[in-house]
Amino acid sequence: MLLPFFEWCETLWLGQFVIGSNWLFPVIESVHLLGLALLGGSVLLVDLRLLGLGLKDRAVSELALDARRWMLTGLAIMVVTGIPLFLSEPIKLYYSTAFWIKITTLPIALAFAFTVRARVALADPVRGTARRQQLVGALSIALWVTVAVAGRWIGFS
Amino acid sequence: MSLLAFCEWLDSTDWSTALHESMFMYPIVESTHVVALMLFVGFATILDLRLLGLTLKRVPVSQVAERLLPWTVAGFIIMVITGVLLFYAIPVRTYQSIFFRAKLIFLILAGLNVWFFHTRIFTRIAEWDLALITPKAVRMAGLASLVLWAAIIIAGRMIAYNWFDCDIQPQSAFVNWAAGCVVPLPTP
Repeated sequence: MLLPFFEWCETLWLGQFVIGSNWLFPVIESVHLLGLALLGGSVLLVDLRLLGLGLKDRAVSELALDARRWMLTGLAIMVVTGIPLFLSEPIKLYYSTAFWIKITTLPIALAFAFTVRARVALADPVRGTARRQQLVGALSIALWVTVAVAGRWIGFS
Repeated sequence: MSLLAFCEWLDSTDWSTALHESMFMYPIVESTHVVALMLFVGFATILDLRLLGLTLKRVPVSQVAERLLPWTVAGFIIMVITGVLLFYAIPVRTYQSIFFRAKLIFLILAGLNVWFFHTRIFTRIAEWDLALITPKAVRMAGLASLVLWAAIIIAGRMIAYNWFDCDIQPQSAFVNWAAGCVVPLPTP
């Protein structure tokens, strides 16, 4: 059902532009990884704190507020580079299990990050029980690691 | 024994072939390398941004370092172990990759930057621990670290591409020299 959409994506100039160059795909991929490092650092900073690890002498809300800008920057870099990567090989991705795992886990991770996790991380420290914070931190790490591993695995299919 | 001969010997070992051809082990090692990158380069970046005064401004630099460095070190150890395994899976080609060689040079520079930071800058941390605008040397160390780790990631990603592989000839004399290619003389 979605195949016609992926076929249409293949016709877009951006993907064709990327394919037309030997260097563009690897360079965009590298920047995608730089975004991952930034996203990883800013997400793990808060998630480890939710687990009671890392910068445990600071309030979760303080870390979450400070990390937010960099998490959004990392996400923006990943989306802006991810789209041309996708458009350069949509049919291959349509038949890639790793891609489908990534593209279903990603919206879940995003929704989780901007609803439950944001509420728990920015809440007054008194309100969030330790158990709930730990659960949110662990879930967030699990979701993002799944997205990253599935993303890397696309290259092996 | 030359390094090339050593890599050829590595290449000839059964475990190297097994890892290279494994359906799951090679991707698992590669994925672990990438997940460890999120932790290691991620936290190195957070520390660098703090040195530049761009995040965690109210947290003393010493506290950021004390709490995050153990995680950063753990991430680095995982990166080295998985990185060595990735090299071991494809030793000769990787040894003769100009991107791998560039990555090693950047790694050495990043190591020197860490050494410089810890021996010359971190020892005087009391003077600027709480500073929003850190001394210039501190900012330079943070910036150098950001640039070097970015270069290491880019060079590392490029190892996968074979534009400059020794078995793809002709290459420019510079590439053959930098990659240490053993180019057979053209047969008459």
